[in-house]
Amino acid sequence: MNRIKLIIDGKTTEVPENTTLLKAAKTVGIDIPTLCYFELKDMNIENRPGGCRVCVVEVKGRRNLAPACNTMVAEGMEVYTHNIRVLNARRTVLELILSDHPAECLTCAKSGSCELQSMAQQLGVREIPYQGEQSKYRKDTSPAIIRDVDKCIMCRRCEMMCNDVQTVGALSAVNRGFMAVVAPAFEMNLEKSPCTYCGQCVSVCPTGALTEVDHSRNVINALADPTKTVVVQTAPAVRAALGEEFGLAPGTLVTGKMVAALRRLGFDYVFDTDFAADLTIMEEGTELLDRLTRYLKGDKDVKLPILTSCCPGWVNFFEHHFPEMRDIPSTAKSPQQMFGPIAKEYFAKKLGIDRRNMIVVSIMPCLAKKYECQRDEFKVNGDPDVNFSLSTRELAHLIKASNIDFNSLSADDFDNPLGESTGAAVIFGATGGVIEAACRTAYELYTGKKLLKVDFTELRGLENVRKATLDFDGLPINIGIAHGLGNARKLLEDIRDGKSQFHAIEIMACPGGCIGGGGQPFHHGDSEIIKQRASAIYREDAGKPIRKSHENPFILELYKDFLGKPCGEKSYNLLHTHYFDKSAGVFVEE
Amino acid sequence: MAKIKLSEKKIQELKDVCKTFHNDKGELINILHKAQSLFGYLPAELQEVIAKELNVSVAHVYGVVTFYSFFTMQPKGKHPVSICLGTACYVRGSEKVLEEFKRQLNIQVGQTTADGKFSLSCLRCVGACGLAPVVLVGEKVYGRVAPDGVSDIIAEYNI
Repeated sequence: MNRIKLIIDGKTTEVPENTTLLKAAKTVGIDIPTLCYFELKDMNIENRPGGCRVCVVEVKGRRNLAPACNTMVAEGMEVYTHNIRVLNARRTVLELILSDHPAECLTCAKSGSCELQSMAQQLGVREIPYQGEQSKYRKDTSPAIIRDVDKCIMCRRCEMMCNDVQTVGALSAVNRGFMAVVAPAFEMNLEKSPCTYCGQCVSVCPTGALTEVDHSRNVINALADPTKTVVVQTAPAVRAALGEEFGLAPGTLVTGKMVAALRRLGFDYVFDTDFAADLTIMEEGTELLDRLTRYLKGDKDVKLPILTSCCPGWVNFFEHHFPEMRDIPSTAKSPQQMFGPIAKEYFAKKLGIDRRNMIVVSIMPCLAKKYECQRDEFKVNGDPDVNFSLSTRELAHLIKASNIDFNSLSADDFDNPLGESTGAAVIFGATGGVIEAACRTAYELYTGKKLLKVDFTELRGLENVRKATLDFDGLPINIGIAHGLGNARKLLEDIRDGKSQFHAIEIMACPGGCIGGGGQPFHHGDSEIIKQRASAIYREDAGKPIRKSHENPFILELYKDFLGKPCGEKSYNLLHTHYFDKSAGVFVEE
Repeated sequence: MAKIKLSEKKIQELKDVCKTFHNDKGELINILHKAQSLFGYLPAELQEVIAKELNVSVAHVYGVVTFYSFFTMQPKGKHPVSICLGTACYVRGSEKVLEEFKRQLNIQVGQTTADGKFSLSCLRCVGACGLAPVVLVGEKVYGRVAPDGVSDIIAEYNI
């Protein structure tokens, strides 16, 4: 590859050809401000529409200013990133953007983590000299995501995530000029679109244009109601990221502090979704083994590969985009939705209370979970198995609003019986974790032998699509893993076209898995943060005394005491579900 | 959005249009042009069919349809009226002619009369500047139109 020499702010640097000025400047310690630009390294995610013009720089000999995110280096270029012409232009650009932005910072849900707000601070904007017409568009509230496009600055990051990365195609820029907005087809509400509620649009939105539906108030009200027993469950990925909201380094595990904080918030029982993840492995692993043994015996009706079904964004995706394949995924409910009926049908009865007097709250790294817990099939006579799902971000707000000094808390333990979990459950939070957990159990159940090494490192990592063959005592098991729905689509198309040789496939809707979920603290495109969260997850696994789901004593007791056997009649009724064809009639109303 | 059920025959016609462009997503604009000339406008279902054939999202198709002013989701009238607002026609008073059409038909530019007979649009130059101001009704060209000639033109089609 050719090397290109250029001068930026008087400093000479040499970079490979086809490098942008933005990246070339970083090699000499110059950090050009950006707004619409977004990059998630190692995952092939880059947005550089060159639309906002905040990153403009002067290139000697060029008539107009050049957007650094979108201009490639050339031999002998002389670039100025902060002369008076550039600084004035940059501030004017921002003032113009702000002139069509509601000045609602005091009450905006994004305040404090808004990139437009920080850019205004960074560039020292103290007044908005331009006044003109302001965009007015209706607010669109779906079960998980709120669109308030008056706050949209047309950076197109959400469009890139929804189309290029996730291939969901719910959002597109529509209309033109001043009327342009990002919207679903025919400007229908998000609920009528093929949106999967993965929340990746929310996680990259620089402003408050896309935010989650906040259920914190409902939870506060439930906690204050003396007639209710309020139970909380926390997903594996939350403990690996919550600390970031309190200034701790990415990758800091805060499991014990989180439990202590939840107890102080007033939850009657602090339980762990990890317990339900162990349960998921028992059900899903049994289903996998059942399908596999029938397949090996020559049963032609059996469907392989089996696909995981823990991720509600992924479930929404195949219901909308691949409904003809909806008999392939495991029928096992997600851990969140397994926890619900166990809490309300088993634990509530043990306590001797009516299920309607028990409120189940989940803390999730996810926005699709908000939609999942509202699905009709997860209710009994209108009473949802899981009442409210809060994101990691919402939990952090709740802790801060409740005068809890998070960092000074000492570690607490989960309550029993629904708080005990194994290392297999905690790795659900990272891409590849569910299938690794399933293999730990499936191997031992299938071969009858003890697994010598429980770490299947070949299933870990951040490559878009990973393939590995595991040796089940002479039987090769082909595993596929995809994270991000665009990668999932590739695997699904292979299965549909009969090209796939996999026995089992894990799919997570979000890049990185749940640790990169739509409800996690904003990573602002720093993929190092996602890697740190993953390493925290694997650290927690390594430190657990029990690392295989089928060895969780409380799970074994639950089967003995209540459920019977995995995939038995009771388990089937409480812990399995079915899927719907949602592809038709989405857009056009009668 | 009202549901206008496309007939199987129409849907097939539309799929054939896509096929002549090899179902290539890069040909979306050309396909929309062709579809609009076949159907007169681009209703929602039609966009859904095209999206499916080209394997792109409906939102993307809608984005393109709403970006270019040539494309319309409103059905055209039986007699589409177009008034030229090109330079020559404009300086010879075509705007007043347009105003008169708006008044008499009681619709705005881009709309269709309730009885579905007339729709109104503007265009830029039909290459008949010697006849300015020019009005088109369907394929028929009317030259040197003055505001007081508008009612006669409408009457021609109002039988």
